[in-house]
Amino acid sequence: MRLFVSPGSPGSLPVLAAAGRARGRAELLISTVGPEECVVPFLARPKVPALQLDGGNYLFSTSAICRYFFLLSGWEQDDLTNQWLEWEATELQPVLSAALYYLVVQGKKGEDVLGPVRRALTHVDQSLSRQNSPFLTGETESLADIVLWGALYPLLQDPAYLPDELGALRSWFQTLSTQEPCQRAAETVLKQQGILALRPYLQKQPQPSPPEDKAVSNEPEEEELATLSEEEIAVAVTAWEKGLESLPPRRPQQNPVLPVAGERNVLITSALPYVNNVPHLGNIIGCVLSADVFARYSRLRQWNTLYLCGTDEYGTATETKAMEEGLTPQEICDKYHIIHADIYRWFNISFDIFGRTTTPQQTKITQDIFQRLLSRGFVLQDTVEQLRCERCARFLADRFVEGVCPFCGYEEARGDQCDKCGKLINAIELKKPQCKVCRSSPVVKSSQHLFLDLPKLEERLEEWLGKTLPGSDWTPNARFIIRSWLRDGLKPRCITRDLKWGTPVPLEGFEDKVFYVWFDATIGYLSITANYTDQWERWWKNPEQVDLYQFMAKDNVPFHGLVFPCSALGAEDNYTLVKHLIATEYLNYEDGKFSKSRGVGVFGDMAQDTGIPADIWRFYLLYIRPEGQDSAFSWTDMLLKNNSELLNNLGNFINRAGMFVSKFFGGCVPEMVLTSDDRRLLAHVTLELQHYHQLLEKARIRDALRSILTISRHGNQYIQVNEPWKRIKGDEADRQRAGTVTGMAVNVAALLSVMLQPYMPTVSASIQAQLQLPPPACSVLPTNFLCTLPAGHQIGTVSPLFQKLENDQIESLRQRFGGGQLEESLELKAKASPKPAAEETRKTAGPQEIQTLLEEVTKQGNLVRELKAQKADKNQVAAEVTKLLDLKKQLALAEGKPLETPKGKKKK
Amino acid sequence: MAAAAELTLLEKSLGLSKGNKYSAQGERQIPVLQTNNGPSLTGLTTIATHLVKQANKEYLLGSTAEEKAIVQQWLEYRVTRVDGQSTKEDLRTLLKDLNSYLEDKVYLTGHNFTLADILLYYGLHRFIVDLTVQEKEKYLNVSRWFCHIQHYPGIRQHLSSVVFIKNRLYTNSH
Repeated sequence: MRLFVSPGSPGSLPVLAAAGRARGRAELLISTVGPEECVVPFLARPKVPALQLDGGNYLFSTSAICRYFFLLSGWEQDDLTNQWLEWEATELQPVLSAALYYLVVQGKKGEDVLGPVRRALTHVDQSLSRQNSPFLTGETESLADIVLWGALYPLLQDPAYLPDELGALRSWFQTLSTQEPCQRAAETVLKQQGILALRPYLQKQPQPSPPEDKAVSNEPEEEELATLSEEEIAVAVTAWEKGLESLPPRRPQQNPVLPVAGERNVLITSALPYVNNVPHLGNIIGCVLSADVFARYSRLRQWNTLYLCGTDEYGTATETKAMEEGLTPQEICDKYHIIHADIYRWFNISFDIFGRTTTPQQTKITQDIFQRLLSRGFVLQDTVEQLRCERCARFLADRFVEGVCPFCGYEEARGDQCDKCGKLINAIELKKPQCKVCRSSPVVKSSQHLFLDLPKLEERLEEWLGKTLPGSDWTPNARFIIRSWLRDGLKPRCITRDLKWGTPVPLEGFEDKVFYVWFDATIGYLSITANYTDQWERWWKNPEQVDLYQFMAKDNVPFHGLVFPCSALGAEDNYTLVKHLIATEYLNYEDGKFSKSRGVGVFGDMAQDTGIPADIWRFYLLYIRPEGQDSAFSWTDMLLKNNSELLNNLGNFINRAGMFVSKFFGGCVPEMVLTSDDRRLLAHVTLELQHYHQLLEKARIRDALRSILTISRHGNQYIQVNEPWKRIKGDEADRQRAGTVTGMAVNVAALLSVMLQPYMPTVSASIQAQLQLPPPACSVLPTNFLCTLPAGHQIGTVSPLFQKLENDQIESLRQRFGGGQLEESLELKAKASPKPAAEETRKTAGPQEIQTLLEEVTKQGNLVRELKAQKADKNQVAAEVTKLLDLKKQLALAEGKPLETPKGKKKK
Repeated sequence: MAAAAELTLLEKSLGLSKGNKYSAQGERQIPVLQTNNGPSLTGLTTIATHLVKQANKEYLLGSTAEEKAIVQQWLEYRVTRVDGQSTKEDLRTLLKDLNSYLEDKVYLTGHNFTLADILLYYGLHRFIVDLTVQEKEKYLNVSRWFCHIQHYPGIRQHLSSVVFIKNRLYTNSH
C-alpha cells in the first residue's frame, strides 16, 4: 500500500502516529506530493493524506486510514471510539480547520483563534474529567485518542491555545504527546518549525467557511443528571435497607502498624520538608495535606495504613542557619523540627510517624545502600570542578549559588535546579554565578567526588517502569517528567559533598565529605520507619505486599521516580519502590509567588494567627489543590468559597437536616416510608458516593471534594422541593411525608460527615457528635449509602458549623500578608510580557480610600440588584451597571490588583 | 428525513423489533440513543453501527480490515459531505465523485452490500428524487447503484421509489 502525503498537511499527524502505533505497516510506502495534486482518481478535488490499498481502492478519509492501520493490527473499535470519531469529523473538524486557517494563513491570534474551538475543547475536557479515566475511551489508549490528538496537536502544541482551566485536556494531551509514535509524527510533520510548517499546505486550501454563528454560550455544559436504571435504584435501596449491620467489622488498632499478609497494605509518604524553612501554604498542600487526605481515606476504607513524614535536616543550609543564629546545626534542627511538628499538628495532619533524618538509623541504612552499590560497581569516582567562595572560605553547595540558567536563561536559577524550566543544573554550568551569602563571584576549584552510575542502571530502571507505570496512578506530570529525563539520557550523578553536616561517606579518602542530601534524603523514609519499629524492613523490603504511595510537588519527581529507584535497584536488596507517584503542580499566591524574603504569602505558622479555623484552611487549600494544573491562592476566592460552598451549601444542608429532626420530631429520627422520589435520591447519592471512591482511589483529591458538595446540593434541592416545614403542619399523610424527607436528609448528612472526614476532620467530628452517629459508622466508609440513623435514633444538640467570613476581615488579612502586590508570576516574567499600560498611573492607595471604594461598590451593587429585581428599564439598569464596573475598576486600581483583561481569558 | 426516523427505518430493515426511542441534540438535531446499561450514544453513524451489532449482522460492517475501513469512510462521508452540503454546486461535485467511484463497483465496498450502502441511500434519497431524467443519466453509475439498493429487500420501506428509465434518452450526453 502507498500513503500519499503533502508537506504541512495536518492530516499527516494522526495518520503517521497511527501507522507508528499499529505495527502492521511493513509494506507501507510513503510518497510526497504537492498540495494541489489529485491522487485519488475518483475525487475531483485534491485530497491528502490518501492511502492506496493493495487491491487498488483508495482511502481518502484521515480517520478511515488511521482505523485501517489499527484494524490491520487486529484492534477493533467499540461504540465509544466510533462516537469520538464521528464527533471529530462532524463537530471538531469544521471549527478546528477554521481556527488553523485564521492562525496560520491569516496570522490572527488569541481569542480570534481560540474562540471558534473553545466549545469543542471544553467538550473534550469535560468528557475526560467526568469519566475519570486517562484516555477518551477508558483506561487504555484507543484509535479515538490518536485521531483527536493528531487533529488537535498543531493548535495545542502552542501553550497559548491550551487554556489553563482545561486541566484534564492538558494532561491527556501531554500524556499522548510524549508517546513515541506521536512524538515522531510531530517531528516529521512540524519539523521543529511549530505551526508554521503547515503554512505551505494550508495557504493552498480554500478558506473554510466560518463556523455557523451559533448562539455562543460561555456557560459550562449542563451537568447531566445521570439517568438511572430501575436496577440501579433497586440495588441502592437494598443496600440502604441493610443499614448498620452490613458494615464490615472494625480493624483492631495495632501498634506498631505492620503489613499483614492478605490485606491491602498502604504505605504513604509525603515529601520531607527541609528543616530550616517554615513551610508555606504551597508546601503544605503539595505534600503533607494531600497525603493526609489520602491516608485518612485509606483508613476509612479499612486498609492497613502507615503514613509517615519527617524533617530533612542535613545540608549546607542548616549549617549556615546555625552560623547565623549562633547555634550548632543539631540545635537548629531540634528547634525547627518542633516548629514543623507544631504547624502540622495545628493543621491536623494524621501522621503515624513524624520523624527526622539526623539519626543513627539514617547513617546505617544510607551507608549500607552505598556499600551495596559500591561493591556492585555502580559508583564512580571523578574529579569535580566546584565553585568555591573565597570570601566565605568554603565550597558552595548547589543551593548557595544562583545565576542564569544555561538552558532557558532564567535569572534566578539555583545551583541544582532551575525553577523555571525544571532542568537539573551542575552549579559550574550556571552563567554569572554568585555566592548567595555574600554575593561575590565564586571561583572554580577541583575536588574528588563519588558518582552514582545512572547510565549503567538505566536499563533496570526502564524495566521497572515498564512493569510499574501501566495501570498505576502516577500523575501525568510525573510520567511526563520521567519520560523526558529518560529521553535526554541519564548521566552519572554526584552523591558526595564537601560538608560536615551530613551522613559520613564510609570510604577511605572521603572522610571529610558527606553524602549529598539527594542521595540520602529519600532514604530518610526508611530510617524514619526504622526509628518507629525495628521491623521496618517488613514495610520497605516487601514490594509484593506493600503499595507505596508518595506525595510531592512536581519538582521532587526526579528524585523519587528516578534517582532513588536507581539506588534501590542497584543495591539489589528487594526494596519496596514507589507504586503510585502523586505529584502536584505549583500553588501561587494571589497572582505571584510565595516569597519569604519579600514577605509575600501565608506561611504555616501564620495561618493559625488569622483566626480562621484549620479545617477552613484545609478545605480551601484542597479545593484549589493544584491538581493537573497550577492554581492560585486568593483571599477573595477563599471568602467566596467559604461563604458559598461551606456556609450556604454544605453547612446549610447539614444544619437544616439536623434542625428538622430536633424541632419537628423531638430529636428522634422519624419513620421513613420511601416513595419513588426518595429512591431516586438514594440512587443518585449512591452514584455520587461511588464516584467519590473512584476519584480518591486514584488520589484525585480535589475532584473528590466536588462530589461531597454535589451531594449536599442534591440534598438542599430535595429539602426545597419537599418542604417538610410546611408538610409538618398538614394532615397525617403530609406529616408522614415530612418525616420521610427529614429522615432521608439527616441520613445524607450522616454520610457526608464520613465523606468529609479526610478533608475536614474537626468539622466531621462535630457533625458526628451533633447527630450522635454510632461509632462503627464514623470510622468506616462503605461503597454504598446505608441508613446509619434508623428511625427512633436520638440525635444530640444541633448547632451551626461554619462562620461567615466578612469582607473587611479578609481585606485586612490580605494587607497583612502582602497580597495583591504587583508580583508578576514566574511564567509571566519568563515570557517577558509587556507590563500593562496602566502601570504608571497605578499607586497602591491607603486602606482608608480602599474602604470607601469598597463601600461604594457594595452600595452600587445593591442598587443594580434592586433595579434588576424590579425589572426596571433596560437602559437605566445598563447605566447603573456601567457605574458599578467603573467603581470596581477604581477599586482594583487602588488595591494595586491587575485589571481584568477585557478578553476574558481568565475566568474569575 | 429526521435522523430519528432514519434510525427507525434502519431498525426495521435490520429486523430489530424492540423499537428504541431517540432524542435529538443541538441545532443539527444529532440523534441520541439512551441505552439501558451504560452511557448514551450520540451520532447517526455511531448509533447505526451499534444497531447492526445488536442485530448480530456484523457482516454489514465489512468482513476484512479493508472493507471495515471503507464502510466507516463512507459513513463519515454521509454525515460530513452528504448532510453537510449547502449549495447546488456541492451536490454536483458529490454526485460526480460518487459516480466516478462507482464506475467499477456494485456496492460501496465493491462486491458486498453493507451499512454504508443503506445509510448513503437514505441520505441521498431526498436529492435523487429531485433529479431530472437527464441528470440521472449523467450520473449513470449512481443511478444504477441507487436503483439496486432501493430494490434490496426491506430497505426502502415507506420511502418513495425513484423511477429510472432503462433506455437512454440522451445518448449524446457523454
